[in-house]
Amino acid sequence: MDRPKFRLSKLSGDLIFKTVVGLFAFGIIVLAFLLFRELFIASSLSRNAFGAGFLTTSTWDPVKEVFGALPFIFGTLVSSLLALLIAVPLSLGIAIFLSELAPEKLRTPLSFIIELLAAVPSVIIGLWGIFILAPFIRDYLAPPLSTYLGFLPLFQGPMYGPSMLTGGVILAIMVIPITSSVSKEVIMTVPIQQREAALALGATGWETTRIAVIPYARSGIFGAVILGFGRAVGETMAVTMVIGNSPHISASLFSPSYTMASVIANEFLETAASKLYISSLIEVGFLLLVVSVIINIAARILVWKLLKVERGAA
Amino acid sequence: MQNKITVETLNAWFGTNHALKNINLSFQENRITAIIGPSGCGKSTFIRCLNRMHEVVRGAKVSGKVLVDGKDIYERDIDPVDIRRCIGMVFQKPNPFPTMSIYDNVAAGLKLNGMKDKKILDKTVEESLKKAALWDEVKNDLNKSGVSLSGGQQQRLCIARALAVEPEIILFDEPCSALDPISTSRIEDLMIELKEKYTIVIVTHNMQQAARVSDYTAFFLYGELIEFGETNQIFKKPKEKSTEDYIVGRFG
Repeated sequence: MDRPKFRLSKLSGDLIFKTVVGLFAFGIIVLAFLLFRELFIASSLSRNAFGAGFLTTSTWDPVKEVFGALPFIFGTLVSSLLALLIAVPLSLGIAIFLSELAPEKLRTPLSFIIELLAAVPSVIIGLWGIFILAPFIRDYLAPPLSTYLGFLPLFQGPMYGPSMLTGGVILAIMVIPITSSVSKEVIMTVPIQQREAALALGATGWETTRIAVIPYARSGIFGAVILGFGRAVGETMAVTMVIGNSPHISASLFSPSYTMASVIANEFLETAASKLYISSLIEVGFLLLVVSVIINIAARILVWKLLKVERGAA
Repeated sequence: MQNKITVETLNAWFGTNHALKNINLSFQENRITAIIGPSGCGKSTFIRCLNRMHEVVRGAKVSGKVLVDGKDIYERDIDPVDIRRCIGMVFQKPNPFPTMSIYDNVAAGLKLNGMKDKKILDKTVEESLKKAALWDEVKNDLNKSGVSLSGGQQQRLCIARALAVEPEIILFDEPCSALDPISTSRIEDLMIELKEKYTIVIVTHNMQQAARVSDYTAFFLYGELIEFGETNQIFKKPKEKSTEDYIVGRFG
């Protein structure tokens, strides 16, 4: 028996292990910090040249070297909100079906397929968007919209296929897997006692979902929606392929638009000649990072608050 | 005194597990009937058959009759939702709706029935909370969350919620098992008050509780009804050997 020695080596092994994984964890924080710092420094040229006007002007002219990012900010926010508008009701429906109504045999394969949808490379979804979705929206969705709702500025003007609307629909498709699967998980954590409380009062299946399940799960569902929003804001490839890539602000969903992520992806290789151009694109990237971080922080604070209300009360 | 509920050859299953076997039993109006027995004897399953809650569990099945005022609640054209509206149920763990206020918890059943008249709602909420002996403690906090109350208060809130829809029968499924002794005795007092107007069935694993509150007692074992009679008789002179063994604590 050689016990003390054995223990000693185990102790130092623990220490090494702790140090190594600690460094990994710390490395992430350092990496994130360096990313911020790098983007901030590299965008200084643009920030000095345009100041706050970068956020509020909408001229994007590489030839004259005048850059304003408002159209991209507008495009990102509107396309993402449009995506949520479409995706949230659908995702909730999917989540409720999977968690409350679907028989066990159907639930597992369906959940699996929906989660697989999240694994489809976005360039593939983009291709489908160009060849199938955009013509479909142009030929079948836009005409009735402009006929019946054409009095709204949202549905005015010509529609060529690539547009804010198409971008929003594509983003919605990409948001649905994450929002619905997280919502489903959240809904499934609602205690059976809550459902029984409603059922015993004489609630139907739908009423049980409405008065007992959804309210109980609402903070988690809210988190799922924000996760989807984060995905939509950061999504690059598919939306670039269908949104039309034109830096203009228009009230119409039929007109082409541009997002922050798309402009970086599209124009980065063209910037070699101009330092100010590249710096401006980096500033767009910096803004995108800041917006994403703010969305996530805001979501978490809201979710914490809601949870605290419920727990504090419990 | 007449029979409010009559159970005839009731059988219940979970999948292939035969949980209740040929139960025949009657419950008298305005009386408290306790159902006792060791864990797994089918007593909870039985009470959940009385308002068709058993069948909400996946794989659950029932056969037989449950006559309420002479009408079989398992008849084919009857919607279980309607049955549950006339038979209140209080569960083991207090389960108020956490996102609703005290007021909304009590009003939840009425609102499900489509009641919108604020005056009637106000009145029913007050009356139900009074009947549940909770009004004095919460009358100034009706807008507070239902889960801000203590465990015993939450359980009385759940009783008020069940009373608000004006049922004739109330089923209590081990209503005090998560409560402290003081809260337990308040709920017991409450049940005795409530029996003047309601028919009450209570499942309990606490034999003293059955002895304290009930008029009749049924003893279940392995899914079968072993003995039924007046509570006094069951506890003092049980006819069956296994009833006596359970009551004096030889098993269970």
